[in-house]
Amino acid sequence: MAITNNRLTKEQYEQNFSDIRPPFENKTAAVVEANRCLFCYDAPCTKSCPTSINIPKFIKQISTDNVKGSAHTIFISNIMGAGCSKVCPVEKLCEGACVYNLLEEEPIQIARLQQYSTMKALQENWQLFERKPANGKKVAIVGAGPAGLSCAHVLAREGVEATIYEKEEKGGGLMTYGIAAYKVTPQFCEDEVNYITSIGGIEIKYNQELGKNLSLSDLQQNYDAIYLGIGVGVARQLDIPGEDLLGVVDAIKFIYELRDKGYSAIPIGDKVAVIGMGMTAIDAATQAKRLGAKEVTMIYRRTQEEMPCTEYELNIAKLDGCEIIWLAAPKEVKGVNGKVTQLVCHVMKLGEPDISGRRSPVDTGETITLDVDMVIKAAGQVPFEDLVKGSSLDNKNGKIVIDNNSATNIQGVFAGGDAVNGGKEVVDAVQAGKDGAAAILRYLKLF
Amino acid sequence: MADISSSFLGIKSPNPFWLASAPPTDKKYNVLRAFEAGWGGVVWKTLGSQVKNVSSRYSAVDYNGSRVMGFNNIELISDRPLEINLKEIAECVKLFPDRAMIVSLMADNDRNSWHELIKKVEDTGAHGLELNFGCPHGMTERGMGATVGQDPEIACMVVEWVMEVAKIPVITKLTPNVHSVVPTGRSVVKAGTNGLSLINTIQSVTGIDLDTFVPNPNVGGKSVFGGYCGPAVKPIALKMLTTIAQDELTRTVPISGIGGISTWRDAVEFMLLGAGNVQVCTAAMKHGFRIIDDMIEGLNNWMDEKGFKKLDDFIGKSVPSITHWEDLDINYHIIAKINQDKCIHCGLCYIACEDTSHQSIRLDYGKPYNTYSVIDEECVGCNLCKLVCPVDDCITMEVHRKGDEYINWKEWQKRGLPLNDH
Repeated sequence: MAITNNRLTKEQYEQNFSDIRPPFENKTAAVVEANRCLFCYDAPCTKSCPTSINIPKFIKQISTDNVKGSAHTIFISNIMGAGCSKVCPVEKLCEGACVYNLLEEEPIQIARLQQYSTMKALQENWQLFERKPANGKKVAIVGAGPAGLSCAHVLAREGVEATIYEKEEKGGGLMTYGIAAYKVTPQFCEDEVNYITSIGGIEIKYNQELGKNLSLSDLQQNYDAIYLGIGVGVARQLDIPGEDLLGVVDAIKFIYELRDKGYSAIPIGDKVAVIGMGMTAIDAATQAKRLGAKEVTMIYRRTQEEMPCTEYELNIAKLDGCEIIWLAAPKEVKGVNGKVTQLVCHVMKLGEPDISGRRSPVDTGETITLDVDMVIKAAGQVPFEDLVKGSSLDNKNGKIVIDNNSATNIQGVFAGGDAVNGGKEVVDAVQAGKDGAAAILRYLKLF
Repeated sequence: MADISSSFLGIKSPNPFWLASAPPTDKKYNVLRAFEAGWGGVVWKTLGSQVKNVSSRYSAVDYNGSRVMGFNNIELISDRPLEINLKEIAECVKLFPDRAMIVSLMADNDRNSWHELIKKVEDTGAHGLELNFGCPHGMTERGMGATVGQDPEIACMVVEWVMEVAKIPVITKLTPNVHSVVPTGRSVVKAGTNGLSLINTIQSVTGIDLDTFVPNPNVGGKSVFGGYCGPAVKPIALKMLTTIAQDELTRTVPISGIGGISTWRDAVEFMLLGAGNVQVCTAAMKHGFRIIDDMIEGLNNWMDEKGFKKLDDFIGKSVPSITHWEDLDINYHIIAKINQDKCIHCGLCYIACEDTSHQSIRLDYGKPYNTYSVIDEECVGCNLCKLVCPVDDCITMEVHRKGDEYINWKEWQKRGLPLNDH
C-alpha cells in the first residue's frame, strides 16, 4: 500500500472529473423541458430556494426564448445563479419541492434550465444590471466567497463602492476551493467571479487576510461599513491518537489542492477512509475514488437516517464504488514508520435524541479495524475561532453572532454566510450576502 | 367487434375515414400507400384547369412546444396535367375496388367546363364527386373556390350545372369563410346536391418571422393569406357542422365532416354531431398514413364499449343536445370540489379564479405547499379551475341545484325572478 499521485492517464482523469450535471445540448432540449413546467402559482420550488428565485418565471422565459430575461430573473435573486445551478443540492431544495414529485413524475430539471440561461449570460457577458450613480459610500467586505460576492453585487447596484479583501489568490471561496471538480471547474469559478464584478464598483484585493496583513480597526477607519463573509476554516480535528501520522489529511485541504494543483499532482492512497457523511465528505470520497484509490470507505457514526448529505449525493458515492460503514466512530489511527496503516473505529448504536433532534450515537464497546493508508477528515469544519474572538466579535464557539439585521455586536460591522451559520450551502451564503447588503444599505440610510 | 363499414350516399368504404382533397391525395403513389395503410377512401386533390404552385406553401402554429397545432397552406388545386390525374384515378379504382374514390372538382366558371370535366372524371370509374367551393386562396382571385361558396346564388347555379350531367353522387364542400355556412348549404341542397362536406380551410396569417418581419409562409419576402386547418380549427368546424346538422333543409342530406380531425376521438365527435363519415388531412401530413391504425382500432373499441353495433347507431346522437342559450336550465348549478388527496398544490386553480373569475378558492399558506379549497358560496360553477388543473379528476364539478324545477331565462324573466345583487 502506498500514497502516490499520477495514478491515471490524462484521459481517465478527464473522464472521471467530467461535468456531473451536463448542460442541455441545445435550445430545443431546454425548451421541451421548460414547457413541462406547470408555471405554479406561489410555487413550492421558489419557496424552497434560499434565495427565492422566481423559478416558474425564469422557466417560462426560456420557453418564450427570452433567455436574457430569464437570466435576469435568476440573477436578481441570486447573482451566483450559474454556480448554484451546478452545485446546489436541488434534490432537497427546488427540485425536491417540484409538484411533479407528488404525481410520481420526474421533477422539472430546474438546475439544468437555470444553467442554460445563466451560462449563456456568462458566455455572452450580458450586462443585465445598471448601477445607480455612485453615492460616495464605501464598504469593505472580507471574503470573496458567495456571501461576500453576493453582498458586493447588491451594494454595487445601489451605487456603493465595494472593496473585497480575499486571503486566497482567487475569488469564489469554497465554490472555487471546496467543491468537487466534477461539479464546477476552476475556470468556471473564475469566470463567475469576473462576471459578478463586471458590473463595476467592486474591487477584489487578493492575498489580504484578516488578522495577518489586514485588521478590522483599519477597515473601520477607512470604510463606512464592513461585511464579514470569512467562511469557516479547516476540518474539525478528530482528537484521537495517530491524527498526526503521514496520510491523515483534511478534506477541505485535499479538495483545495485537487482544484489548485491539478488531478495528477494529488497523492492518493490505495485504501482510503473518509470520516463523515456531509457534502464535503462525499466530495472527498468520490474524488479520492476518481483519482484512482482502489478502495474508499466512508465512516459515519450515525445511520443513513441522520446523515447530512442528500440521498442523491450518497448515491454518487455508491455509484463510484465507495463503501459505507454506518455506526462507526474513529478511535485511533495506527501507523508504522510514521505512516498510516490502520483505522480503528468504535462500533456505535443509536441512543436518545440529542439537541439537534437526531438520535445520538452511543459506543457499544466493540471496535472494528480497517487496513488503510490514508484517512481524510470531513467531520465538519470549524470556524476561525481565534480570529473571531481576537476581534472582540460576539460569537458562539467561534461562529459570529448577528442580530436579525445581519449586524454583529460592533457598530457598522455586519456578517453572514458560513462564518455565522457554521457551514451551509452556497445558496444560503448568497442569501446571507443579500441580507447583509440590505442591512448595510439601511445602516447607510440608502434605502 | 363492431361493424365500422360505411356507406355514404351509397358509396361503400370499409371504414368511415377518408383522406380529404389535399396534397396527400395528389397522385397515385400517395393514394396507393394510403389504401395499403388502410384508409377507407380518398377525395382526390381538386382537378380543374392546370395551375402553377409557389414555394414555400405551408406554415404552422406551434403551441407550448407542440408542433403544428394549426396548419396553413397556400397551395392551389392540382398542378398536374388533367390526363395524368384521370389515368391514375382509374388505376387506383381498379387496384382497390373496395375503397371509396371521390374526385374533387373546381372547373372554370362556365357550364361547359363543368360538364366536360364531370364526364371525363366519371369515365375513370370514380364513385363520387366533391365540388370545391371552399379553397380560400389563389383560386378565389379567379372567381373560383371560396368565391363560389360565399355566394349562395352562384353556388346554386354551379350545382345546377353539375346536376344536369352527374351520374354519380355529388358532395358540395362548404367554405367556413362566411358568417354562416347555412345559406350556401341550403342553396346547394335546393339545387340538388346529394351531400355536403365541411369545413374547408379558414383564411389566416399563422405568424410573422420576428427577424425578417415577413409573415409565414414566406414566398421570396412576401406572403398571402393561407387556409388554416389542423387541431386548432376543430371547434369551429364542429360548430359549423352542428348548424348544418340542425337546419331542417340541410340535415336532409348526408354530411361528411372535416376540420382538424386527428384521432378516432375527434372523428366520433364529428359523427355524434351528424357527420356520416369524416375526412382527414393535417394529421396525416404531420404523421403519415399510419395514423389510420389507431383510428380504426380506437373507434372499434369505443363502439364495443358503448354497445354500438354500426355507425348509424350513434351518428347524430349529440345533435339535439346543442340548444339555444335561452333554453338552458338556470336552476342547474354546479360547484367545484378539490380532491385534497389528488391536489399537487400548483395553485393554478387559485390564481385563475382569483385574478380572472370569482375569487372562490381559498388559499391557506404552507411551506412549501399551500392548501387550496373552494368557497362554495362564491363558486359560480364556471369550470375554469377544473380546466386549468393539471391533474385528472382532481377538481370535479358537483351538482347543487338551485331548485328542483327546470326554469329557463324566458321563464325567469316572465316571473320577474331576482338577478345577481353583486
